Amino acid sequence: MLELSILFPSILNGLTLGAVYALIALGLTLIYGVLHIINFAHGALLMIALYGVFFLNAKLGVDPYAALPVMVPAMFALGYALQRFVIGRASHGKDENILLVTLGLTLILENFALFAWRSDTRTIETSYTFSTVAIAGAMISTPKVVAFFGALAATAILLAFITRTDLGRAIRAVARERQGAKLVGIDVEHVFAMSFGIGLACLGAAACFLLPAYYVNPQVGNGFVLIAFTIVVLGGMGSFAGALLGGFIIGVVESVGGLWLGESLGQIGIFVIFIAVLLFRPQGIFGARA
Amino acid sequence: MKTLCAILLLCGAVALLPAFVSSGFVLNLVIMTLYATLLGQAWNILAGFGGQYSFGHAAFFGTGAYASAALQVHLGVNAWLCLPFAIACGAAVGALVGALSFRYGLRGSYFALVTLAFAEVLRILANSVKFTGGGVGLLIPLKSSSLDFQFQGKAGFLYVILVLTLAGFLLSWWLERSRYGAWLTAVRDNEDSAAALGVNVFRVKLQAIVLSAALTAAGGAFYAQYFQYIDPHLAYGPAVSVEALLGPIVGGLGTVFGPLLGAAALRLLGELTRNLMGDAPGVSLMIYGAVLIAMVTFLPRGIAGLFRHFGRRAA
Repeated sequence: MLELSILFPSILNGLTLGAVYALIALGLTLIYGVLHIINFAHGALLMIALYGVFFLNAKLGVDPYAALPVMVPAMFALGYALQRFVIGRASHGKDENILLVTLGLTLILENFALFAWRSDTRTIETSYTFSTVAIAGAMISTPKVVAFFGALAATAILLAFITRTDLGRAIRAVARERQGAKLVGIDVEHVFAMSFGIGLACLGAAACFLLPAYYVNPQVGNGFVLIAFTIVVLGGMGSFAGALLGGFIIGVVESVGGLWLGESLGQIGIFVIFIAVLLFRPQGIFGARA
Repeated sequence: MKTLCAILLLCGAVALLPAFVSSGFVLNLVIMTLYATLLGQAWNILAGFGGQYSFGHAAFFGTGAYASAALQVHLGVNAWLCLPFAIACGAAVGALVGALSFRYGLRGSYFALVTLAFAEVLRILANSVKFTGGGVGLLIPLKSSSLDFQFQGKAGFLYVILVLTLAGFLLSWWLERSRYGAWLTAVRDNEDSAAALGVNVFRVKLQAIVLSAALTAAGGAFYAQYFQYIDPHLAYGPAVSVEALLGPIVGGLGTVFGPLLGAAALRLLGELTRNLMGDAPGVSLMIYGAVLIAMVTFLPRGIAGLFRHFGRRAA
């Protein structure tokens, strides 16, 4: 039915997509693991980052990959401020409140983008937009290959940071035992804001790798939000290795599903996986049975 | 009893409105406020009284809208007969979503996300299947006869939505004083203790989602009839789910009048921004987002909570 010559490039495409998905999901899973909150605005914030990369390119002629040193700190600062001044104040200790506040944030960001930049879908053009690389006979576009390795490198840096530095240790301590961390002198509020900032910095990096092969419009985050949740749930909430593997699985499912069911119906596979995993194995692949 | 009198007085006053006001603008404003109230009341049953926050009420709304529209377009069934059918279809989807998620113990944020995923699955299906007209949507043929649930003026639609909203009011009033309502709020406040006291948690939650979905589907069928058009984005898009939850949160969760207060306040705010800012895209939803954050942060009990606070002070 499906020939290998079509299936193989489709899987490769899925893997490159999956690496970027994994990077987005890592940000989400970090925020969840430390703060125990679900950041519903993750997709909308990715959209903002994509617009950032787009305007840097369109107005100042900055190459999307050269935008990394700008976008990553900018998104980090935005995340730090958001957690400190908006999200942290609204929780009143209830999960649902955070979900509602981040939903409100999504509404604001999406409609601000619609208001300020209109609903046009925008893409950027670089000298390498249409170049391809041959991998074992399959032609993959260069930006996708860069995205694959870039996302993997960003993930490696994040993991090294979490496991090797003092701040990383503090983040893990807060994730494990909030009260205990406070008792040994860790500034928990600061760690919360740092984690949220790092989670968003992942989005800044993902946006730089994504845009050369993708597009941006005000609704672009909608699709990513459920994809990122699916990955996080699939991999086990708060698990980094799970997010990485989940990203690849979802990337391949989307790519192959689109080939098989067509563009419109292809997305359905992701949601069905999401519902099925939440219902039958909510602890994910790597999570222990509760 | 006081609440019941207030409900009946209010609905009576609205029923008399068409006798004095003939302005289509005003009547449309009242109709849209009541329609938002209905969606809010439905969401409030599940979230306000039952503590289960759904982000995907569009799944029930869209099913009601499509069930009514498709039956008319494909089979030529009378629109009034489509209404109970639409409600039944919405309730069935509610039962399915509820049975699956509550059976496997999904709570809090997980429940919210899974309902959103169900709505998205239905949106993609509606976009891809011929029966629902695909991305083009369904256009309900014009008949202009009250026997076909289409009215010459706005007054007819006003009475229909008023009756539906009254049903929503009576349901909320009943929840506040019945044994079932007490079970439902017990589940909201502490599921484990409710179970320990002998409440069948699964059944109570399932009944709540079915009631909520049925009422939402009625709103969907009304929408399809009022605008005579439905497409996947209007029916199953996230905007519907947001509209359903915004009203009760602004007005006051788990109260009888919260959804009405919230819907009226938001409608007023919407009209105000339209006057000030023109019809610029996105502005009103941007303000809704800010209102949502502000309410959760500063007024978690909504406008109704504010009234109660000052009422107690005065007393």
